[in-house]
Amino acid sequence: MSYKALTMIATAGALTIAGAAFAEGHLTQDQQRAVDARKAHMSLNSFNLSPLGAMAQDKMPYDAEVAAAAAANLAAFANMSHDSYWVEGTDSSGGGTRAKAEVWTDRAGFNAADMALATATIALAAVAGDGLNALKAAFGPVGGACGACHEAYRAPRS
Amino acid sequence: MGAFRSFTLLAIAGVAVGWFVTRPQPFTDNALDGLIGDAENGALVFAVAGCASCHTGPDGTDYLLEGGKRFTSDFGDFIAPNISSDPEHGVGSWADLELASAIMKGVGRDGSHLYPALPYVAYNKADTQDVVDLIAYLRTLPASDRPNAPHELGFPFNQRITLGPWKAIFVGTDWELADAPTPELERGRYLVEALGHCTECHTPRNMLGGLQIARWMGGAPNPSGEGRVPNITTAVLRWSEGEIAEYLKSGFTPDFDSVGGSMAAVVRNTSKLSDTDRAAIAAYLKTIPAVANEEP
Repeated sequence: MSYKALTMIATAGALTIAGAAFAEGHLTQDQQRAVDARKAHMSLNSFNLSPLGAMAQDKMPYDAEVAAAAAANLAAFANMSHDSYWVEGTDSSGGGTRAKAEVWTDRAGFNAADMALATATIALAAVAGDGLNALKAAFGPVGGACGACHEAYRAPRS
Repeated sequence: MGAFRSFTLLAIAGVAVGWFVTRPQPFTDNALDGLIGDAENGALVFAVAGCASCHTGPDGTDYLLEGGKRFTSDFGDFIAPNISSDPEHGVGSWADLELASAIMKGVGRDGSHLYPALPYVAYNKADTQDVVDLIAYLRTLPASDRPNAPHELGFPFNQRITLGPWKAIFVGTDWELADAPTPELERGRYLVEALGHCTECHTPRNMLGGLQIARWMGGAPNPSGEGRVPNITTAVLRWSEGEIAEYLKSGFTPDFDSVGGSMAAVVRNTSKLSDTDRAAIAAYLKTIPAVANEEP
């Protein structure tokens, strides 16, 4: 193969990679930071759900202190303002996030789903230290609130 | 006799035979003889079969099967019908036999083929007793007088006669898991392949809308929007049986993400099952042969 042909192939390859990178990362810095903050928030939720879920599913022994602390964190996260997360132009059509356009087009419904989690986590935090049965009873509605919002406002993986 | 004339006659005969062979075939009149519906078991069948996921209204009011949800496909839009107990707009005045023919044979009350948006491709493997129980349960649910809207399909898909050959090709009664060596796997196979109709979304379809059996449960484009329905074969699904069963109960993944999208409605249904049934589904899923993900 000639040197010229190799150069052309290499250039095409580089352009393809650059194009893919551009498709992934064409959010503005502010938009990207909002998406990152949302994902970080979800990681914190999942991290604090882990011990509660493991106890509720009888996979680890009940520990009142651990349960109360994790549930208090969840309630705090759910009850802080999330308004600044939802920067315009950061729905799933732009890539890098699975937030559906409905978050913006149906804000009232989205806020109601958000409020449902706030309520369920407060109820969980109130009883998580009071024994395994109390934890189990209050944990179910938290899972329901997670699922209800993800049903309507999160796109499947592509 | 001229060659053209005999050819024409032959063609007409061919079409007539084709129509006859693929004509709508409901249950025979005595198919349900001796079966008595048990509404309590019917409620369980209702949950596993996921009837409410499609037949509740656009607002999704629990147990009100008023229809009206729109399902977009490559062939046009299907509008779920009212199957509430209303005698005029629902199916309240349908006989058990007519309802069973619709659910399991894909034949409507007027004797025409129903579209496979109603998953009779799976329900035809159900126990007739379970379907009779389901019908008994449906009759206990509230009535809605919401009128039905016609499907919005393009030609030729709006011609129900085309469903005859389609059924002949794509509807069978064989189990995909041919041998179920334990009662648990047998139960899991029944819940997944018959009532649960999981494959309707998790297996990709060919150009005619038939399931690509070679890619059984290998994941498919999301028919109702962005993203994909995931591959749940053993090539990808690494969760333990216990983790699968827990997901079907609480909606939480092993790392405490939660169920979302269309699967959320499925988990609402599977959360109503017994632990034994969820374990059976999980055991079945672990037997599915690996199918590699499609290259994007």
